[in-house]
Amino acid sequence: MNVFNILISGVGGQGVLLTSKVIAEAALLAGLDVKQSEVHGMAQRGGSVLSQVRFGDKVFSPIITEGEADLLIGFEPLETARYLHFLKDDGVVIYNTRPIGTIGVSIAAEKYPSGVNDVIKDRAKTVLPFDGTQLAVAAGDKRTLNLVLLGAALSHLPLKEAFVLDAIVNTVPKKVLEINQKAFAAGRAQGK
Amino acid sequence: MTKAILSGNEAIARGFIEAGGKLAAAYPGTPSTEVLETLSHEKGIHAEWSVNEKVALEVAIGGALSGVRSLACMKHVGVNVAADPLMTASYTGINAGLVLMAADDPGMFSSQNEQDTRHYARLGKLPCIEPSDSAEALQYVKAAFEMSEAFDTPVILRTTTRISHCKSVVETGTVESPAGRGLVKDFAKYVMLPNNAKKRHVFVEDRLMRLKEWAETSRLNRIIDGDKEIGFITSGISFQYVREAFPKATVLKLGTTFPLPEKLIKKFASSVTKLAVVEELDPFIEDQIKAMGITVHLGKNVLPLWGEFSQRLVRERISGSTLPMKEVVSGLIMRPPTFCPGCSHRGLYTVLAKLKLHVSGDIGCYTLGALPPFSAMHSCICMGASISAAHGMAQGLALQGTQQQKPVAVIGDSTFLHSGITGLINMVYNGGDAIVIIMNNDTTGMTGGQEHAGTGRPAGGVEAPRLDIAKLCQAIGAKRVREIDAYKIKDLEKIMKEELAEKGPTVLISNQPCVLRYRVSKKAYSVERESCKGCKLCLKAGCIALSFTPEGKTGYVEIDPLLCNGCGVCEQLCTTGCMKQGDA
Repeated sequence: MNVFNILISGVGGQGVLLTSKVIAEAALLAGLDVKQSEVHGMAQRGGSVLSQVRFGDKVFSPIITEGEADLLIGFEPLETARYLHFLKDDGVVIYNTRPIGTIGVSIAAEKYPSGVNDVIKDRAKTVLPFDGTQLAVAAGDKRTLNLVLLGAALSHLPLKEAFVLDAIVNTVPKKVLEINQKAFAAGRAQGK
Repeated sequence: MTKAILSGNEAIARGFIEAGGKLAAAYPGTPSTEVLETLSHEKGIHAEWSVNEKVALEVAIGGALSGVRSLACMKHVGVNVAADPLMTASYTGINAGLVLMAADDPGMFSSQNEQDTRHYARLGKLPCIEPSDSAEALQYVKAAFEMSEAFDTPVILRTTTRISHCKSVVETGTVESPAGRGLVKDFAKYVMLPNNAKKRHVFVEDRLMRLKEWAETSRLNRIIDGDKEIGFITSGISFQYVREAFPKATVLKLGTTFPLPEKLIKKFASSVTKLAVVEELDPFIEDQIKAMGITVHLGKNVLPLWGEFSQRLVRERISGSTLPMKEVVSGLIMRPPTFCPGCSHRGLYTVLAKLKLHVSGDIGCYTLGALPPFSAMHSCICMGASISAAHGMAQGLALQGTQQQKPVAVIGDSTFLHSGITGLINMVYNGGDAIVIIMNNDTTGMTGGQEHAGTGRPAGGVEAPRLDIAKLCQAIGAKRVREIDAYKIKDLEKIMKEELAEKGPTVLISNQPCVLRYRVSKKAYSVERESCKGCKLCLKAGCIALSFTPEGKTGYVEIDPLLCNGCGVCEQLCTTGCMKQGDA
């Protein structure tokens, strides 16, 4: 298959990296070549975080450049809008509508931009916005947002569901597997 | 053989295990940290967090001399710290294999400079190899140990952020078990007195010639046949960008970037119409190729000297045409990193900002105090520089006879142990007059929470002797050593004022654990809407849990209960008593 490109964006501490880890594992189980890119260190302290997953028959570069993304999974509206120019014309956006202020907003030096949801709707053909944080909290922990979003994105992933389910079992720590599976199911219902 | 998705760093660790490596030493530094973290869980391997990179390399040199395959890992700037032993280990050579893994950070995701560490290979006349993905990273570690032992040399394994932190498919292999070689007494080889070193220098030059000859046929260098209109010479991550941008072109992929295989390069160059050299940062390969008398048509004349590359950048710069670009959404605000809710650094910087002191900073999470709303760090150079630079500042101010207040150095526990100690010894010894604040949060925070000599635990282990920072400072001779609670900002302000009035060096030590590493969870605060006057004083705490909503002439503050970690700094700034901890 041709290379499929997924961008996953959010705020440091939201658990962005786990979503990409599960997708990469599922691609490996599907027998595909896969590359995943992430950035550690300073950016993780509440800053903007971006993870990238690419899979297909053969993948060279581990990073996705402007206009190449098939799917954008956003953990937060502003961080979703920030990467819209990376989308293909027919790219899909799935994102959590719960905003998180920046430090500039918190110190009243800046305002959280208005109309972010409208911009996302205008710029992408297929958009699924929903309050993922609420579903995660309902599943038992706000930190399961990553599995909620993965569940919502499932129907847009060119991977068999069985591989994704196995990848969750292989990747998520045993202690929290059950609530994460619950979160995934809640997201999946949203994505249908 | 099993397939797994590993980061470059995890693959390097796996390569070390498969090569039968026994001793690994490192100091944490993005993007190199995960190599040692991975090895610290392996039985039969001594994996340690050394106090700094110089020590780590010296420990690894000792390991190699003792007869076991040894590895030192560090980020690019760490190699500067370790440069002294590196230059002379080139002369002594090894006994069992020795590899230095050095991780560069093009684009500076988490670094203070963008140096190209490959220059150390040239400076030290040491071989440098660069893998292009995780699978190669694993194989290159094994090749590095073979090279090291075949040529009696330390080998530099150079990665970049996109090699170290990208994950790709790796096939793991079997574990070798090379026999231990034991310590060898060899005065002429290992004791670098001038007379011995003179002979070893001749050996080093000869070794470099032999390495160059070896590189001509090494499997680490290979040609991918293809279209000869533009032929590419490239290495590391740039190879991937070239392959994606120009999938039909012929490519000479260099695994050994020092010394270069001159004959192979000449042959390749003569087979193509135009020659392109694609590498991030400095023209390290390109300059060497030009020095061979070969024309490089496309290189740093079209490619940038800074930042990281991508398939798009390579395509555009080499073809000289701009690809269509979608409009970036305008009007978005930046999201810079910031202190975690509950972090003790917040209290400290609230006070330093209020007192408008001049702060000599250091490398760690606390460097974020340089950003708004605090803007309370005024220089940050390298690991450990805060104290020595503050000492120089104080002396400089005294020489000018100015009335400026004495400078303050801010440094973390791990950085203090890394190279702040020497600065403090120097300051106390040389009549220093600055305030040193050691923010001891009991971990190496910025790199994800590693152990160090002050935490009382070794890498992957349970218990180690615990260094007492206060006692150490007293032993150095600092007369005024005081413990502070960085969360209590009024007390801290009082202490700061007292110490500013004193002559001579002061050391203030905060002992508040990192809330992220130790999962400190305190009850959230909330705001009584009716009582809040909208004065915004609490916003000086610079916390993302706070938000201000304008309403009428003023407005009100809210606290996000999911983000607040109950540190109480904002509550201490509040003058109306509208903030309460616990369920409101």
